[in-house]
Amino acid sequence: MRIAIIGFGAVGQGLARVLADTGFTVTAVADSRSACINKDGLDLPEVLARKEESGLCGSAGIGIADILSSGAFDILVEVSPTNAETGEPALSTIRSALAMGKHVVTSNKGPIACAYHELKALADINGVMLGYEATVAGAVPIVSGLRHGLAGNTVRSLHGILNGTCNYILTRMRDEGLTYPQALQEARDLGYAEADPTYDVKGIDAAIKLVILANTLLGMDIRLSDVDITGIDSITLEALSLAESEGATIRLIGEILPERNQVRVSPRVIPLDHPLVVDGTLNAISVCCDLAGPVTFIGKGAGPYPTASAILADLNFIRDSYDRGA
Amino acid sequence: MKLELKDTPGQLLGALKPISDIGGNIITIIHQRDQTTAENTLTVDIVLELPEKKLDALIDALRERGCGVIRVGKERLLQKQSLIMIGHLMHTDLTDTVDRIDQTGFAEVSELHMVMPAIDEPSTAKITIRAISPEDMLHAVRILREVAAQKDILILEPLGGAE
Ligand SMILES: NC(=O)c1ccc[n+]([C@@H]2O[C@H](COP(=O)([O-])OP(=O)(O)OC[C@H]3O[C@@H](n4cnc5c(N)ncnc54)[C@H](OP(=O)(O)O)[C@@H]3O)[C@@H](O)[C@H]2O)c1
Repeated sequence: MRIAIIGFGAVGQGLARVLADTGFTVTAVADSRSACINKDGLDLPEVLARKEESGLCGSAGIGIADILSSGAFDILVEVSPTNAETGEPALSTIRSALAMGKHVVTSNKGPIACAYHELKALADINGVMLGYEATVAGAVPIVSGLRHGLAGNTVRSLHGILNGTCNYILTRMRDEGLTYPQALQEARDLGYAEADPTYDVKGIDAAIKLVILANTLLGMDIRLSDVDITGIDSITLEALSLAESEGATIRLIGEILPERNQVRVSPRVIPLDHPLVVDGTLNAISVCCDLAGPVTFIGKGAGPYPTASAILADLNFIRDSYDRGA
Repeated sequence: MKLELKDTPGQLLGALKPISDIGGNIITIIHQRDQTTAENTLTVDIVLELPEKKLDALIDALRERGCGVIRVGKERLLQKQSLIMIGHLMHTDLTDTVDRIDQTGFAEVSELHMVMPAIDEPSTAKITIRAISPEDMLHAVRILREVAAQKDILILEPLGGAE
């Protein structure tokens, strides 16, 4: 099947590298300032090298509109930056692709958190799929785990470590006695935290992921403003040692209690032997189901290849479901 | 008041009847499955309010029905939960913060462990609340969160084991 990749940063390039031997053909790539299209399939090593050298993946004269109007793809992969408020411009791109009868796979949380129900309806009308496994917890197959693996269960509660940056900072504060500013600086130096870490440390990123899980898998209909959000930026070392004295520690936990319509992100005191206590940048999600009981998923929540893994899983699912002619 | 009844399965309802007959008011019943003792008996904690001087009559009535009363205690506040507070705790009237819980009548602050940092830095404390029932605990924690929001104090609630 033919793929168009919108956004050619860490995730887009990681995907381009892993697609080499998968039988998918990339026919178009766009970044913020350029694009390239070849109906017969692009030479990906060449596109990657050009991006590396010039900062542009293609020609400055063309863009997403040209890719859409070419129609030379079966699946649009949207991996441009997340806009938590409006989901744009990715939301419009995804809408157009679905309306054209093209499948969409995305790692971009904005459009899914802002407009999942609308996009899903549009996909259904046009007989195509909308894959978003990569939006929550990177490589961890939480979307298919809940939708397929635990189908038929009622989820009574969901708790998760959904932001690797916060988990890294809290792990280092506990293990090394670093203060919050020291641990944040270390996370920046290692490339785990953005120059502006607000979105992560204030709990907003984790909250957007909860909105996605709540709306797409737990039968809820909430917005980011419905989530009660507290970040980790005022956690003290004294708090960690008080927790430690009870055999516990502090982690940023996302919580969904569907029956109480309660969704919140907050630092919590959690026993050290709890399955959600994972180290470093790992992500973890525990669900309590009526039939299955407690089930915990743990894995890498970010990084080009873990994210590409989730995107590839969606791509394969679409190919298995739709590509009967091949 | 805390009673621990030795009950055989299916007899729990039978054990509750004398309580209402005598004019008692059941607040919570807690089955402790992990504390199941010998052959088909299980331990049940019942928290109840009872009219003055009716306790002996109740114990007799329960024994007649084959329910062993293992222990009678007068502790009211069986639920216990510790939380961590971070903020300017002293400057925002710590006594008032504690009073808001104590005034409820169904919950109390039973312990406060405070770590004083450098001057002008936010302080950190572990606060332990006791309450009569799980619902009362939820209510008390909600009150604490409201007070904390007004005073710009961060509250860290515990996350229990898998529910
Ligand atoms: N990184 C991860 O581990 C991870 C994990 C899960 C989900 N995600 C999500 O995946 C998406 C991509 O993440 P990333 O780490 O790859 O980001 P990134 O490295 O910042 O790359 C973003 C790419 O999108 C391009 N872009 C920006 N605005 C655009 C526009 N209007 N139209 C087309 N392309 C545009 C950028 O172009 P230029 O190259 O010209 O700047 C860049 O190539 C984000 O939504 C992120 O939240 C990331």
